[in-house]
Amino acid sequence: MGDGAKSLLLHGAILLSLFGLQFVLPEYHQLAVTRILLLAVFAMGYNLLFGYTGLLSLGHAMFFGAGMYGAGLSAYHLGWAVPSAMLLGVACGALLALLVGLVALRTTGVAFMIVTLMISQVGYLATVYFTTWTRGDEGLVMPEAARSFTLFGHTWLLTDPVTRYNLALILLAIAMAVLLWVARGRFGRALVAVRENEDRTRMLGYHTFVIKLKALLLSGAVSAAAGAAYALMFAYIGSSFTTIQYSIDPLLYTLLGGAGTVAGPVLGTFLMFYLVDYASELTNAYLLVTGIVLVVLVLFFPRGILGAIRERWLRWLP
Amino acid sequence: MDFGPFLFLATLEGLVQAAVLCLTALGLSLVFGVMRVVNVAHGEFFMLGAVLAWWVTGWFGGHPALGFVVALALAPVLVGGIAWAGERMVLKRVSYDPEATIVATIGMLYIIQQTTLLTFGPDARPVEPPFYFRVQFPWFGYSGYKLCVIVAAAVLLLAAWFVITRTRLGLVMRATQFDRETAQNFGIAVDRVYAMVFAIGAGLAAAGAVLVVPVQQAHYLMGGDPLLLSFIVVIIGGLGSIRGTLVAALLIGLCDGIISVFFSPTLAKMLSTLAVALVLVFRPQGLMGARQRG
Amino acid sequence: MSRRPVNAPQSPARRRTLKTLGIAGGAAATGLAPTLFPRAYAQSEPIRIGAQFHRTGIGASYGRWYERTATAAVKLINDEGGINGRPLELVVEDDGTDPKRGAEVVEKFATQHKVDVAYGTLFSHVVIGSSPRAGELKLPYVVVSEGYHVASGALNRYVFQPGITDVRSQVISMAPWVTANLGKKVTMIFPDYAFGHDHRDYFSQAVIALGGEMLELIAIPPTESSFTRYLPRIPSDTEVLYHVMVGPGVLTFVKELGEHFGSNRPEIFGFIDSLEAVDLATPQLEFLEGTYFWEGNPRYAQPDQTEHDKFYRAAVGVDDNGASVNDPKDVSTYAHMFGCWETLFIIKQAMEACNYSGPADRGAFVEAMEALERFEEGREHPQGEKVFDARIHQSFGHQFISRVKDSRLEVVHRTAIEDGLYEAEADYTTMAL
Repeated sequence: MGDGAKSLLLHGAILLSLFGLQFVLPEYHQLAVTRILLLAVFAMGYNLLFGYTGLLSLGHAMFFGAGMYGAGLSAYHLGWAVPSAMLLGVACGALLALLVGLVALRTTGVAFMIVTLMISQVGYLATVYFTTWTRGDEGLVMPEAARSFTLFGHTWLLTDPVTRYNLALILLAIAMAVLLWVARGRFGRALVAVRENEDRTRMLGYHTFVIKLKALLLSGAVSAAAGAAYALMFAYIGSSFTTIQYSIDPLLYTLLGGAGTVAGPVLGTFLMFYLVDYASELTNAYLLVTGIVLVVLVLFFPRGILGAIRERWLRWLP
Repeated sequence: MDFGPFLFLATLEGLVQAAVLCLTALGLSLVFGVMRVVNVAHGEFFMLGAVLAWWVTGWFGGHPALGFVVALALAPVLVGGIAWAGERMVLKRVSYDPEATIVATIGMLYIIQQTTLLTFGPDARPVEPPFYFRVQFPWFGYSGYKLCVIVAAAVLLLAAWFVITRTRLGLVMRATQFDRETAQNFGIAVDRVYAMVFAIGAGLAAAGAVLVVPVQQAHYLMGGDPLLLSFIVVIIGGLGSIRGTLVAALLIGLCDGIISVFFSPTLAKMLSTLAVALVLVFRPQGLMGARQRG
Repeated sequence: MSRRPVNAPQSPARRRTLKTLGIAGGAAATGLAPTLFPRAYAQSEPIRIGAQFHRTGIGASYGRWYERTATAAVKLINDEGGINGRPLELVVEDDGTDPKRGAEVVEKFATQHKVDVAYGTLFSHVVIGSSPRAGELKLPYVVVSEGYHVASGALNRYVFQPGITDVRSQVISMAPWVTANLGKKVTMIFPDYAFGHDHRDYFSQAVIALGGEMLELIAIPPTESSFTRYLPRIPSDTEVLYHVMVGPGVLTFVKELGEHFGSNRPEIFGFIDSLEAVDLATPQLEFLEGTYFWEGNPRYAQPDQTEHDKFYRAAVGVDDNGASVNDPKDVSTYAHMFGCWETLFIIKQAMEACNYSGPADRGAFVEAMEALERFEEGREHPQGEKVFDARIHQSFGHQFISRVKDSRLEVVHRTAIEDGLYEAEADYTTMAL
């Protein structure tokens, strides 16, 4: 069996088991996994830039936020239906990524991290500043009309946990397909080439700035899709979702699961979510777990779980 | 209030902020200059300084000045010690890889912050100033202690300046910053210099915090603000340039007060943050620094 | 999460006795209970209240006292026979003062802990972020948040705020007194986010309607830790300075206000939020002598203290200065936390009215809550009587205006409930259950 077939089989199996999971999970975990799936999409978007292109952003909360506010504000103020609000959210994320990319991609390494961090901080302040529309930190609750939508002749109730779970799973499947396509295709190889040696890639005749910009665009759009879905499914938008915590989380999920692997961020999100959920039963300082995991990862497992597995056993893992 | 006195007050406030910022940002700048790494946990060292000041002053009782002086001496040393241990246990082992270091220091940030939450608790706690008097200007009053913070910070900065430019330790640090390999060939234990620099950087942040904690309160989440401001200062001043850092701290401290006269403060913060990001993109050597050897 | 062990559940027989004796008589009997009545219904399932509190994050000072108050109320309820013969159990989860975690906690209450009712927290963004999940999981969510968000109609039928008056009502009830006694030219300082904007909008409106004038509105950005440079914007012809601040920087703010003015100050009227959980006898707060504060409930025991306040204070463990009886430096959030106490008794009242027996009765519980109209002052309502508007799920009560004297707060005015009434702009009762 070729590597391509193996990887398709593996990721198909992952999606299938996630689909099957909803029939065996107790109610609370079904709700929790819905959140995890969306956060995993966010992490996959992040991974596209960090894992494959080698650009470490500390400001991805702004893309998550762009999706959240793009979708949420249009649904709240303009009464847009859920599918169009969702698309607008994704478009907002892509547009923001384009604008940020034109500026921030002129830097690399540490400077890129700080620039993205700062721009994201501006985004947070903007959600507070334009309080007439956003209600700032207090945020907005999605209207009744945005809790269901009709598509393909079927009315989908966002208040229904099973619908939500499967919509989140569909989004994850789309993100996974995009990532697989990137990872295995020409574009993905160009990204990795930029990551490994940008100067050499440029000398080989690639326009590395454009490659990086495309990666950021795609990454921003996927992250925004997660944000938009999070707003629409859980019916709330607020500025706390644009704080730095939401820039660090996808980094953490990606590092834990394995940067530069398609399924790594999903695994990382699962583990971290339950680790924090469990830790909060033992201690008030549940974020302590986040800190310890970060340090341990950097020290002992810099490639994350799937990264280590790929190194040792499954060389074909995309 | 008329514009003149308004400007005067903004200047005073700016100077106080600049004084503390100088200490905090100098720490960050030293670490970046010598070690070429960004320490995201820097704000938490600041917070630790403030929290330790609360412990120490509470311990001593009696006249607040007594505990305060002890805190000013002890907190930077203790925080430096913690930073030193962190450097040995974590940063050294990732070989100061810039990106790994950022992630590791984010981890340290959470560990320090949350450990403080477990021990010190979630409340904001006040520290009494060593002395208190109010200076009445014709238009408004001002805390005399705050004016003294400016002086104290200046003295500490002079001391730091002296260490960096006039002592063997400073020479070794500068040599390492200038060219790591050569320094190593000349028999400088670069490794130990790094640990020392990291500890001094944290100690400076802690000293700034002890000075400012009687004006603010000790709280486990207080590290975020100084971290962002220090970032801004270090970027404007030029990454790794110590002189640039000091000038930039003054500039930022003063501007911060004056800009808010013209704009809504939240908008002012947005614009200034964006401006700083653009400086980093288009003039990475900073507004005043010359391009350094990297 | 921690589960609080329930104190001595007692027999249904005893509860019936209590009912005939009247609730007040029960207090005297409490001490004898364990010997007279063995733990007969230890086998009966407790009623479980999911308590979402700020144990960490910027709301933690409030959260700690909310938890203490709730624990004291639960103990009292259990000592007196529980609810419908069943003991009460508090299941506490930390929301980290974060809306995302808050919503997750509500989901956890509904589906993992399977609590009967969720019982909430202070910061409005946590309440607003949690409420859609509570509504859709059909879990009653009874909050003590003080914000206008419940009454505004923005939330849903499962969210109630019966234990504390909302900000809108608070500010309009005090505006007449402020303009009549302190001055008509007002400057406001408030945090630049939704909670501050509610103060800004409704207080300004009320002052202008009373013929006053708003000279300047000074908004402080949320990340600020030093405030001095905003103070020169206070116009010199200001007669009344109105301030409200929340979060860890409040003491800094008030101190800097003092430095700025010294003895030469306008009248100052503040929301106690600016100094909640802070000792008024802190050095540098001397300038507050003769200034005024809104209090939801008077922190310092007043000369005319009611027996109910005395009882409530003792039960929670608060001394006459509003600090913990164990540590005089540990000052309570006295102006808000009474809401936690009163809310638990309101939950009890509604559960008894609908003969609540389990999660299947949650709809009936909501309707029972909506049938409530009035809460009389008493041990269950030590802050005073309240009127409940079922359409907007909101209570209206008395407010206190206190003057600082010798580093204590002395009540100078108590508003009437009518002063704070406004026209309801929503009707939750028409929403589907």
